[in-house]
Amino acid sequence: MAAFVSIRNLRKFYGSFEALKGIDLEIEKGEVVCVVGPSGSGKSTLIRCINRLEPFSDDSEIRVDDIPVMPGRALAKVRAEVGMVFQSFNLFPHLTVRENVMLAPRRVRGTSRAEAARQADRLLARVGIGEQADKYPEHLSGGQQQRVAIARALAMEPQVMLFDEPTSALDPEMVGEVLDVMRDLAGTGVTMVVVTHEMGFASQVADRVIFMDGGEVIETGPPDQVLSNPREPRTQNFLSAVLNH
Amino acid sequence: MDIFETFLNAEVLLRTWPLLLEGLWVTVQLGAASIVAGLVLGLFLSMVRLYAVTPLRLLTRLYIDIFRSIPLLVLLIIVYYALPFVGLRLSPFASAMTALTLVSGAYTAEIFRAGIEAIPKGQFEASAALGLSYRQTMVDVILPQAIKIVIPPLTNNSINVVKDTALASVVAMPDLLKQATQAQALAANPSPLIGAAVIYIAFLWPLVAMVSRMERRFGARSR
Repeated sequence: MAAFVSIRNLRKFYGSFEALKGIDLEIEKGEVVCVVGPSGSGKSTLIRCINRLEPFSDDSEIRVDDIPVMPGRALAKVRAEVGMVFQSFNLFPHLTVRENVMLAPRRVRGTSRAEAARQADRLLARVGIGEQADKYPEHLSGGQQQRVAIARALAMEPQVMLFDEPTSALDPEMVGEVLDVMRDLAGTGVTMVVVTHEMGFASQVADRVIFMDGGEVIETGPPDQVLSNPREPRTQNFLSAVLNH
Repeated sequence: MDIFETFLNAEVLLRTWPLLLEGLWVTVQLGAASIVAGLVLGLFLSMVRLYAVTPLRLLTRLYIDIFRSIPLLVLLIIVYYALPFVGLRLSPFASAMTALTLVSGAYTAEIFRAGIEAIPKGQFEASAALGLSYRQTMVDVILPQAIKIVIPPLTNNSINVVKDTALASVVAMPDLLKQATQAQALAANPSPLIGAAVIYIAFLWPLVAMVSRMERRFGARSR
């Protein structure tokens, strides 16, 4: 059986700068993959290519559930199956928390208002902010906003969730509450691709860790191998810099 | 000799008041019609300017720059006096509305563009990631936020449109100014002109005050 997300020879240029140098990656259904590496290594670019927020080279191929991620009508369909959580939350500030979660199911799936509201309340309760549903995002803390963003993505019942440094913009005391929600989510069998600097989270939750540097995958394997006994010198250097600062 | 007798002659004002009111009604109709048509045109132009293929974008930019450069009075006289030579004969009202709309649309397009460009890129990305179509993204996410930003400058533009309706009096439009000059000629007394000025001010002052209030409020909100 083919992998759920399949990435072949992924290349991405910014002008003449090659940000991704031909990445090959297969992600199985239900797998939790953490992507780590120094900033500028291309890890965010990689996951932003999976739902084609970044256009990529024509000779590259990405398939999600065997649908090619190409511009055109099929793209919205792929995006509806791929949830994404951003570093800067990107909640819709003119909508209440509940309306943020309801919007996509109503517009894209045609869910009724009542059903979408029920679903939103269920998801908001699940991420621990059921009481804030009628507030506007600006009245929530960063950690709460990011949990709303997770609920908003989950409302589309995606097959795979992408997390682009979900805790990097948070005050330290709020990182834990977001990671807890993500940990619960990983336990439910959702396929997850997480770009993160949280090595503790990666080592506890990931099925597989990918270390990237300079637009390439340097090392990949189970967390206790890549994070505890890395083979590649670049991985070793990065980890010692991260862990001993 | 007597300033009040000359400029604020109650008897003349009373006699010409119905004429002025008729003029005000025409002014209001022309202003409202031009504002609405200018909004529609401006929204359309801003969409083309931002999102269409390059040749169309350049064309729209050209349109916007030209109609922001041409004096409204010149455009109005071209529409009313020059277009009949190519067989296009418009009534004074239609001429004035056409000229006002063409110019207002150009300004409105720039206001909408600035408003949309002020929305962070992350809002577009979040919408795309959720599978919203381009139209849904605009209608449900971008425009509701942009509208808040553009209301003060749009109101300013609307005030200008209403003021500029006075230019229509040169193509024999029976608007407020035209009626006032006519009344002045009939009564051989300038009081109707002063009356018209007072009506313009009374009509537009609340809008001007509203813009100031909105600008203060939005200014305070955005950190």
